[in-house]
Amino acid sequence: MKSGTGDLIRFENVGLRYGVGPEILRDLSFHVAPKSFQFLTGPSGAGKTTLIRLFFMSLKPSRGLITIFGKDSTSITRAELPALRRRIGVVFQDFRLLDHLTTFENVALPLRVLGKEESEYRADVVELLRWVGLGDRMHAFPAVMSGGEKQRAAIARALISRPEVLLADEPTGNVDPPLARRLMRLFVELNRLGTSVVIATHDIHLMDQFQARRLVLEHGRLSIYE
Amino acid sequence: MNDADLAHKLQVAAYRRQSRLAMRRTSQLVPENTIAGNALTAVVAIMSFLACLTLGAVTLVRDAASDWQSDILREITIQVRPMEGIDADEQARSAANIARSFPGVAAASVLDNSENARLLEPWLGSGLDMNDLPIPRLIIVRLASPDSVDLDALAARLSQEVRGASLDDHRKWTDRLQTMAGVTVFIGASVLALVFVATVLSVVFATRGAMASNRDVVSVLHFVGAVDGYIAREFQRHFLLLGLKGGLAGALAAAVLFAILAFIVAPAMSAAEVDQVSAMFGRFSVGPVGYFGALGIAFLIAVMTAVTSRLTVYRYLADTD
Repeated sequence: MKSGTGDLIRFENVGLRYGVGPEILRDLSFHVAPKSFQFLTGPSGAGKTTLIRLFFMSLKPSRGLITIFGKDSTSITRAELPALRRRIGVVFQDFRLLDHLTTFENVALPLRVLGKEESEYRADVVELLRWVGLGDRMHAFPAVMSGGEKQRAAIARALISRPEVLLADEPTGNVDPPLARRLMRLFVELNRLGTSVVIATHDIHLMDQFQARRLVLEHGRLSIYE
Repeated sequence: MNDADLAHKLQVAAYRRQSRLAMRRTSQLVPENTIAGNALTAVVAIMSFLACLTLGAVTLVRDAASDWQSDILREITIQVRPMEGIDADEQARSAANIARSFPGVAAASVLDNSENARLLEPWLGSGLDMNDLPIPRLIIVRLASPDSVDLDALAARLSQEVRGASLDDHRKWTDRLQTMAGVTVFIGASVLALVFVATVLSVVFATRGAMASNRDVVSVLHFVGAVDGYIAREFQRHFLLLGLKGGLAGALAAAVLFAILAFIVAPAMSAAEVDQVSAMFGRFSVGPVGYFGALGIAFLIAVMTAVTSRLTVYRYLADTD
C-alpha cells in the first residue's frame, strides 16, 4: 500500500467492536491522500457508515492507530476536535438538516458557528447554492424540499467551509439516476479543485461510470482496488 | 394602466418580497418551542415572586424593629418606691433633677397622680385615690442622644442620693427586639436561599430536557465544528431571556402587592386594626429597599438562570460526547 507522511487520514490495523461483542471492523489499513478520489463500497450493513464515523472522530477505535491530519486520534483532546472537524466536510445519509432553518441558514451553519456575520458569508453561500442548483430554494425549509434538494443542501453545507476532505455517505441514495450523475460530476469537480473525496455507496453502476480507487468493505475487512 | 406600468409594478412587488426575505431575522439555532418555555417561565416567575415577598417581609420587620428600638432607646424610666416616713413626691422631684443634670438628657418629668391613675385604670378601675395606695412614682426621662448618656453613672447616682429609686433603661426589650429582628432576617435569608436553590434546580432540569430534545441540533452543531462554548451560548441566550421574563413578572407582581398593601388594605381596615398594624409595622410600606430589591432579585434570577443553563450545557456535552 502506497502512503506518505502527507496523508490526510491514515488507518493502521484498526479494529472496532461495541462493548464485548465481536469486531465489526477488523485490521483496516489504508490512507486518504491529498486531492485523491475514492469510493468506499460494500454490501449494506458492511460497516461503511461506522467507518465514516471513525473518519470523523465521532467513534474511537478499539485497537490500531488512526491518524487525522498527522495527529494520533487517541491524543486529540475535546478542545481540538472542533478545529479538526472543520477541515472535514460530511454529507450524512439522512442529510441532518435542521428543520427550523432555511436552506440558506442550514448551508451557512459551519460559518455561523465560527462567529461570522451574515454579511461576511452571504455572497459565498448564495453562490454555492446556485452552484448546486438551489438558487431559487434559498428560503425554503427542509420540510417542503424534495430528497434531491435536501441532498444538495447537505452537500453545500459540507462544502461551504472549503474542507480538505469530503466524506459523503450514500450521497446518491435518495435521488434518481440523472440527478445522481449530476451530483457525482459535482464531486469530481470539487476534487479537481483540490478536495479529497471519499464517497460511500453501494451503487456499482454509478461507480462504473467514474474511474476511481475503490475501498471495498466486506465482513468487516477492507480490500483496496487502485 | 398599460402593460409597461403593470410589469413595473409587478417587478417592484417582487423586489420588495425578495428584500423582505433577505431581511428576515436569522433564526435561532435552538428552536424556541423545544424548550419547556412557558412552564419554566411560570416557575421562575413564582420563585421570583416568593423571593421578592420574602425580601419585602424582611425589610418590613427590620425597619419596624429598628423604629421600635430607636423609640425605646430614646426613653428611660426612673421608678421611686414609696417608703415609710419619706415623701415619695419629694424623692421623685430630686430624681428628676438628677436626671436633668446629666448631659444628653432632653427632659425628665414626674408622672402626676392623674397620669398614674390612667396607667392603672385597666387593673384597678377608675375613681381611685392615689394617696391611699403605695404607688411608686414614675419619672419619664427623654434622651436627646441615647449614646452620650452614661446610664450606669445615672443609676449609681440615683441609688446613692434617692431612696427607693431604680432605673429601667429598657435594655431587656431592645435586646429581645434585636434578637427577633435577627431571627427574622435569618429566616428570610434562608427562605431566599431555598427559593434560589429551587430555581437553579428547575433550570437544571429544564436545560437537560431542552438539550435532550435538541440532541439532533447539538449533534449537527458538533459535526459542523461548533465549540462547546458556542453551543452553550445558544442555550444560555434562551434561558437568559426566559429568566428575565419570569423574574420581572414575579417582581412586578410582588411590587403590585406591596403597593396594594400600602395604599388599599390599611384604609379598608377598622381604626383598631389600623392601630394594631401601625403599632407593629409603622406605615406598612416596604419602601425603596423593597422595590429596588425586587428589581435586583429579578435580574439576579435571570443571571442565575442563564449561568445555570450554561454550566448544565457544558456538563451535558462533556457527559454525552
